[in-house]
Amino acid sequence: MSIKEPDRRILKHRLVPEHRVLSFEEAVGILKSLGVKPWQLPQISVNDPVVRLLGAKPGDIIEIKRRSPTGGVSIAYRLVVAFERRA
Amino acid sequence: MSFRVERFSEPFVIEKIIFGLLSPQEIRKMAKVTVLRSDIYEADGSPVVGGLRDPHFGAIEPGERCPICGNTREECPGHYGKIELARPVLLPHLGDTIYSLLQATCRRCGKLLLSSERIDYLLRIYRRLKEKWPRLAEVMVNNIVKEASDNKECPHCREKQFDIRYIRPIIFYERKPEGEVRLTPIDIRDRLEKIPDDHVLLLGINPKRARPEWMVLTVLPVPPLAVRPSITLETGLRAEDDLTHALAEIIRQNEKLKSFLTTNAPEGMIEDAWLTLQHVIAAYIDNELPNIYQLTHRRRRPLKTLAQRLKGKEGRLRGNLSGKRVNFSARTVISPDPYISINEVGVPVEIAKILTVQVTVTPHNIEEIKKYILNGPHKWPGATFVYKIRQDRKIDLRYQKNYRQLAEELEPGDIVERHLINGDIVLFNRQPTLHRMSIMGHIVRVMPGKTFRINLLVCPPYNADFDGDEMNLHVLRLEEAQSEARELLLVEKHILTPRYGGPIIGGRQDYISGAYLLTMKTEFYNLDEVSKLVSRSEKPVHLPEPAILKPKPLWTGKQIASLFLPEDLNFIGKSKVNSGLLKCDNEDCLNDSYIVVRSGKLLMGVLDKNAIGAEQPNNLLHIIALEYGESKARELLDSLFRVFIRTLEVKGLTIALNDIEVPVDAMREIEELIAEAKREIEELIRRYNEGSLEPIPGRTLEESLELMIIERLQKLRSNAGEVAIKYLNPFNDIFIMSKTGARGSDVNITQMASMLGQQTIRGKRITRGFRTRTLPHFREGDLSPEARGFIKGNFRNGLRPTELFFHAVAGREGLVDTAVKTSQSGYMQRRLINALQDLVVSYDGTVRDSWNNIVQFKYGEDGVDPSRTYHGKPVDINRVIDIIRARSSEGES
Ligand SMILES: [Mg+2]
Ligand SMILES: [Zn+2]
Ligand SMILES: [Zn+2]
Ligand SMILES: [Zn+2]
Repeated sequence: MSIKEPDRRILKHRLVPEHRVLSFEEAVGILKSLGVKPWQLPQISVNDPVVRLLGAKPGDIIEIKRRSPTGGVSIAYRLVVAFERRA
Repeated sequence: MSFRVERFSEPFVIEKIIFGLLSPQEIRKMAKVTVLRSDIYEADGSPVVGGLRDPHFGAIEPGERCPICGNTREECPGHYGKIELARPVLLPHLGDTIYSLLQATCRRCGKLLLSSERIDYLLRIYRRLKEKWPRLAEVMVNNIVKEASDNKECPHCREKQFDIRYIRPIIFYERKPEGEVRLTPIDIRDRLEKIPDDHVLLLGINPKRARPEWMVLTVLPVPPLAVRPSITLETGLRAEDDLTHALAEIIRQNEKLKSFLTTNAPEGMIEDAWLTLQHVIAAYIDNELPNIYQLTHRRRRPLKTLAQRLKGKEGRLRGNLSGKRVNFSARTVISPDPYISINEVGVPVEIAKILTVQVTVTPHNIEEIKKYILNGPHKWPGATFVYKIRQDRKIDLRYQKNYRQLAEELEPGDIVERHLINGDIVLFNRQPTLHRMSIMGHIVRVMPGKTFRINLLVCPPYNADFDGDEMNLHVLRLEEAQSEARELLLVEKHILTPRYGGPIIGGRQDYISGAYLLTMKTEFYNLDEVSKLVSRSEKPVHLPEPAILKPKPLWTGKQIASLFLPEDLNFIGKSKVNSGLLKCDNEDCLNDSYIVVRSGKLLMGVLDKNAIGAEQPNNLLHIIALEYGESKARELLDSLFRVFIRTLEVKGLTIALNDIEVPVDAMREIEELIAEAKREIEELIRRYNEGSLEPIPGRTLEESLELMIIERLQKLRSNAGEVAIKYLNPFNDIFIMSKTGARGSDVNITQMASMLGQQTIRGKRITRGFRTRTLPHFREGDLSPEARGFIKGNFRNGLRPTELFFHAVAGREGLVDTAVKTSQSGYMQRRLINALQDLVVSYDGTVRDSWNNIVQFKYGEDGVDPSRTYHGKPVDINRVIDIIRARSSEGES
């Protein structure tokens, strides 16, 4: 694992959608409205460059706003996890 | 509600299944016999004691009492035996797990190659994860294995660790500085034994269920005879199951090894015998492992051992659990019947008398059911069984002659097994079942004959034709299933497909020709003809005022078609014929190639593929199904479309040789085109040979020449086609079919009338055959068009021998392509289905799997059901504008 900070410019890249760490209250609200436990969300690695730039920790929930060709803006949530799934 | 007469008790519900390994103690405890002898029967035919058919395996013969449990063969569950192995043997299918265990633990002390603090820390996390987030715990394990394996020195005992090399499935080596040393199963078992329970846990294995050393067998369980039954052939000879043969081989090897060990045989012989035992046991578990000697039947057919019973299409999982043979189903050839509804299926009487439905007798249906009983099992509509509930009696009508008495005794509450009758709903399926429209609900219509009959309009969703296709029919026996099928599976519910947002059911071929012939603006019909056509729809209609009043009242075809359209329908769209000479972008078009429907009246434009065709999104049929409902669309398909067919029957549509006959002038013109192209290509070849040809950037000289030649020949073919088409009558029946989209294309016409053109293999000119030429008819190295698969002939005048050969070569490529593609896409389909089958769109619009994990936060990111769209678009702006325009102009007038 490299210690080097990822390049901040990736946040501006057109292929990288907008990421945001949810506050605890927001996260609880989202989980409640979806009726799921955190681990039932899709996951994202702590080692993901954007996650590292945001300084998110395992257990945080990240909101991703994507531009979708069919749905305009679509919002997805991902749980930050410490361990990556094997490919 | 109908219910079973046989009553089942359901004392237990399976809550979960846990997989683990059997410990040697467990194996010994459950074994009732130790097998020592590889022969199965004594000379007198009785089973050998201590052999593979020892009576202690359980009772199997009729009347036999089990020496273990005292039951007869009906009650005895069968009992395990065991083989005590002379030396331990690896379980071959666990090789990868053993490999990672060996890598992650110390070769001396057996501990995980991580510091004690790290291990304590990880254990704490692991236990917490396991409790709260079990799936994350799985992920964690992989990372622990990776982390530990990288450590080259034991943090506990400072022992240096060596790399381990694994040759699947059972051979392990350790790479020591002095060279590679083989790890025997004994070495491996010793190491696995030393791993502490806690460390095993961190490696993703529950030590209570599966201690690592149990992956190395010291005693082998022998399954009871129910698992490996022997069969008696007609000759009276006994044939044993493949598993029994494999086990016999294991015993032979094991006994051999045992005797070597007791007689202190040379080390080499012992090693060899041990290795053979490992191979044989590996083959017993999976006879298709790499680097393993296959067990065979007398040197030929490989034995079917444990893994082979489970694996593959015919295996236990795919062959007996996810798919099995079913009752209450029928299969026969299909044939067309345009006069039944698209919702119906014609079922032969013979089949209707075999397939049955259970009905409970009530005061409301008792008279009807009495009639079935009076008819008996052999006369349709009859009944085959009566269950007298009060007397708990089952009566088979085949062996019961007094139907009258049975009918009189019938009382509410009884259950009758009656024949399939008109109006029943059944499932109808054609393989390959590639999308949900491959199984749809049809209403039964019993008819004479031996084939299933379907309306031609449902051919596209099934991808069926009538060249011998067979289809399967499944009877729905429970009311719940029947009503579900009526609401969800009925054919009319599938006119619109979720695949691309368009109608998948609709006209093809003759329906399209018929629609065109009916709605052409040159055609008028007198009252007699109108009646003849319209009567086929079996729908009562009011004829409008005729388009022409004098000298005789005449109606247009468009007026006839309009009779069936929704009254307030507005639609604008281009016809398929709107191309070539009839191309026009103006709505007020004299070519009749712009469809305009106002207030349900077809005012302009012919109906063809773009109006009524299957798989044509945004056509007339699609709009009606989408905006007026599927039952309205079905009404149209069941009425107007019959009129199309009738039109075709009345007018006739046929092709003849002279439809593709090109006059001599045209042939001369084509010859000139050919000569011109040949000249140009000869010039290209000459320049290529002398090296003055300018290559295309990024291509070699040869590639450039080929590309230029192909391009020129393509131009030649299209020019030749244009010439031929110019001279042919544009209103002959071949042109009608190709222009309306009923069948065939301009290319097909060109190939028939004018020129076949270049034949290709993988998009290139044909170069295969002999070393330097395709056929002996040509000079070596000849690059001319005709030597490389160019065909200037056509189907009408016939091909020359070399041309015919090239045509066959290219045709073969097409066949091979389709064969390869279907098998490849079939496998892809299987994997996709397995991955996606239990995803569900929940009520909140999220897509979830069976564990309620979220896969998408909104179905397809937009929450849109594609079958309710205009070819993927939830709103078609042009259509909205169009409707508003139509309505406002209506208001003006
Ligand atoms: Mg066929
Ligand atoms: Zn028994
Ligand atoms: Zn150690
Ligand atoms: Zn025009």
